[in-house]
Amino acid sequence: MAPLPLTINGRAHQVDVPPDTRLLWVLRDVVGLTGTKFGCGIAQCGACTVHLDGEPVRSCVTPVSQVGARRITTIEGLSPDGSHPVQKAWVAEDVPQCGYCQSGQIMSAAALLAAKRSPSDADIDEAMAGNVCRCGTYDRIRRAIHRAAREG
Amino acid sequence: MTAPTKPSNTSKPSASAVSPAALDRRDFLKVGAVAAGGLVLAIYVPEARARSTAAPAAPFQPNVFLRIDPNGDVIITVARSDMGQGVRTALPMIVADELDADWGRVTVVQADAHPNQYGRMMTVGSTSVRGGAWMPLRRAGAAAREMLVAAAAARWSVGAASLRTENGRVIHDASRRSLGYGELAEAAAALPVPGQPRLKDPSAFRIIGTSPPQLDTHDKVTGRASYGVDARLPGMLFATVVHPPVFGSTVRSFDASPARAVPGVRHVVQISQGVAVVADNTWAAMQGARALTIEYANTDFTMSTPDIFRSFAAMAERAGVEARREGNFASGLAGAARRVEATYEAPYLAHATMEPMNCTADVRADRVEIWAPTQNPQGTQQTAARLAGVPAERVTVHVTLLGCGWGRRSRTDFVEDAVETSKAVGAPVQVLWTREEDMQHDYYRPAAHVRLQGGLDASGKLTALGVRVVAQPISGGGRGGVDGPAVASIADTPYAFPNYLVEYHRADNAVPVGYWRSVGPSQNCFILESFIDELAHAAGRDPVQFRRELLAGDARMRHVLDVAAERSGWGSPLPAGRARGIALVDDKGGRVAEVAEVSLENGQVRVHKVICVADCGQIIHPGIVEAQLTGSIVAGLTAALYGEITIERGRVKQTNF
Repeated sequence: MAPLPLTINGRAHQVDVPPDTRLLWVLRDVVGLTGTKFGCGIAQCGACTVHLDGEPVRSCVTPVSQVGARRITTIEGLSPDGSHPVQKAWVAEDVPQCGYCQSGQIMSAAALLAAKRSPSDADIDEAMAGNVCRCGTYDRIRRAIHRAAREG
Repeated sequence: MTAPTKPSNTSKPSASAVSPAALDRRDFLKVGAVAAGGLVLAIYVPEARARSTAAPAAPFQPNVFLRIDPNGDVIITVARSDMGQGVRTALPMIVADELDADWGRVTVVQADAHPNQYGRMMTVGSTSVRGGAWMPLRRAGAAAREMLVAAAAARWSVGAASLRTENGRVIHDASRRSLGYGELAEAAAALPVPGQPRLKDPSAFRIIGTSPPQLDTHDKVTGRASYGVDARLPGMLFATVVHPPVFGSTVRSFDASPARAVPGVRHVVQISQGVAVVADNTWAAMQGARALTIEYANTDFTMSTPDIFRSFAAMAERAGVEARREGNFASGLAGAARRVEATYEAPYLAHATMEPMNCTADVRADRVEIWAPTQNPQGTQQTAARLAGVPAERVTVHVTLLGCGWGRRSRTDFVEDAVETSKAVGAPVQVLWTREEDMQHDYYRPAAHVRLQGGLDASGKLTALGVRVVAQPISGGGRGGVDGPAVASIADTPYAFPNYLVEYHRADNAVPVGYWRSVGPSQNCFILESFIDELAHAAGRDPVQFRRELLAGDARMRHVLDVAAERSGWGSPLPAGRARGIALVDDKGGRVAEVAEVSLENGQVRVHKVICVADCGQIIHPGIVEAQLTGSIVAGLTAALYGEITIERGRVKQTNF
């Protein structure tokens, strides 16, 4: 089994895992980037959301062999220091409660704003519907996305 | 979201608050200089609600450490677990305000488990602030401030009364001199601790009552925040555990070979609660677990949800143990002009914390190290010590952030899995349950069957109310055979019901039950408040007015009700098809009213708006309170509309979100 080349947050990696290994566990257990979280394993909660060439994907159901040459961005690589407009808005609105789902929420929100600069409430509801927050931070998430759109 | 017209910061402490006088005898402040020349205060916070059955711990044990470093950093050790309720921000705010600290210099350290150094560390029941921390933490900050002032007074040879403090500095206005706390820490540490430090008048609070960003927020938005699942150790292995699906059953035998054939799988071991598959990464462990074939020795528990509710209903035919009696229910009901009856059932509910159950253990011959997202650090320590065969003082428990808690993490079953697996394979192991295991092996919010009977006189006034609750106990029996959580917010209610009788039947079956968010009121508020609406409807009365008349003894609850009615436009016209409903709850010292505007669309409930009015007494961080209230509304709606857990032939039917 030949090592698989991956580009994660701008850096080249070689990983030596079976090709059906899901990207989530390659990131967390092999590469050691633990910011991306496991919630359900079946793409139902969004906690594992990362970007492949800027597109949001659920890494818990993405076989690592399907990544190919696409650039992987995780929460650690969204900005060097938390300065992405979505992260700044999240701090300004003090969105997180327990915080466990927030990496996935932020990655989904960043992808939404990259595709649509000023999303409506309905756009936000649609784009974020796949991200579960059991603490119930949805209200502040919506406010923070509007803030990021405004101040981004 | 609407705040009460009267700011909660000025409302009187609730009845459950601990009076300062009661704390004076037990408050203890101990001072010591740290090696680097800083000031350390060790503060004992009495556990107002401690129910430890062990002999009372030595009274002079510190609960929270306050450290001021020579560079001016203020470090506060928090010995409570943070699961999103913000305790790692709220507790430091209390200390920092009385200290007049520069909030920008405050950081927190999470305490490792200790048998007695911090008192009871269990973080449950909304007790971290209420349960006695408020006054002791204020006194700790105030005492440190007075010592820093005394040190400055000595340095400058001026009277302490001529000095003031602000933002981490002692200031002498007359000579325009000032010194930072860090510069004074070493001298202050040599001074005696004031026995009765002067507390601020609440009008002088500068940090309490504000909403600074929580101390962990930056880490939570950058992926740096570390939860249980994020523990990483050199040489560690990753595991998952398959537990018997039918409650109470055990593993009879299993074929490990298909699991071992999965690339990356290293070990397959039987442990007390199931079979652990240990691998190089979690994916391999989970694939191995799927490949296992296991024979179970099933118990005779084969009930399904309808059987369980039928057994509850049969019990409700008979009188139960009395949980509350006022006047004479039977004669009150006999004299009624009209009777109203209703039965309510509440389902089992799973916690479904975002972070599934997990624990990381490194078991060695003579010591154990644990990383756990736990609400119960001391139980974790004791459990690990017992299973590893080492004394508790040889067990280090690091409390990580918790990806939700709600009582689920007061249990230690997931700790047992990790300790036994690490011990079996001789390596550090992280055990992470799949979502399916987490959903099917919870300690569920108990299902309940509740029967109510009320009587109304000819004028529509309540003459009697009887409530019969059937539910599994979660408090281990409780007083006189009554499970407190099962009758919470029914037996203890702000309403002055005439001829009131509450009875409890203890149900028993193999479904594990436990503390779920808000515990008993989660179902009992819905049940009692729904029935009050039935009574008001039968009496032809307005639901708000009907409630108000029964709340003569509780001014705070009446106030909250009035504000909710006002802010929701109670009684004003609504669009066609829309309706309003109101409910109240009095729990853990707080008073809350909610008004929901709903409609039915194609048979589905649609919630248009919820107005929430809360009087929760002294507020430390209004932003956290608002987050808890909005989050609770989401949690309540989620539970009511989607959360039901059903049992089929002894096991949980649902598997995932």
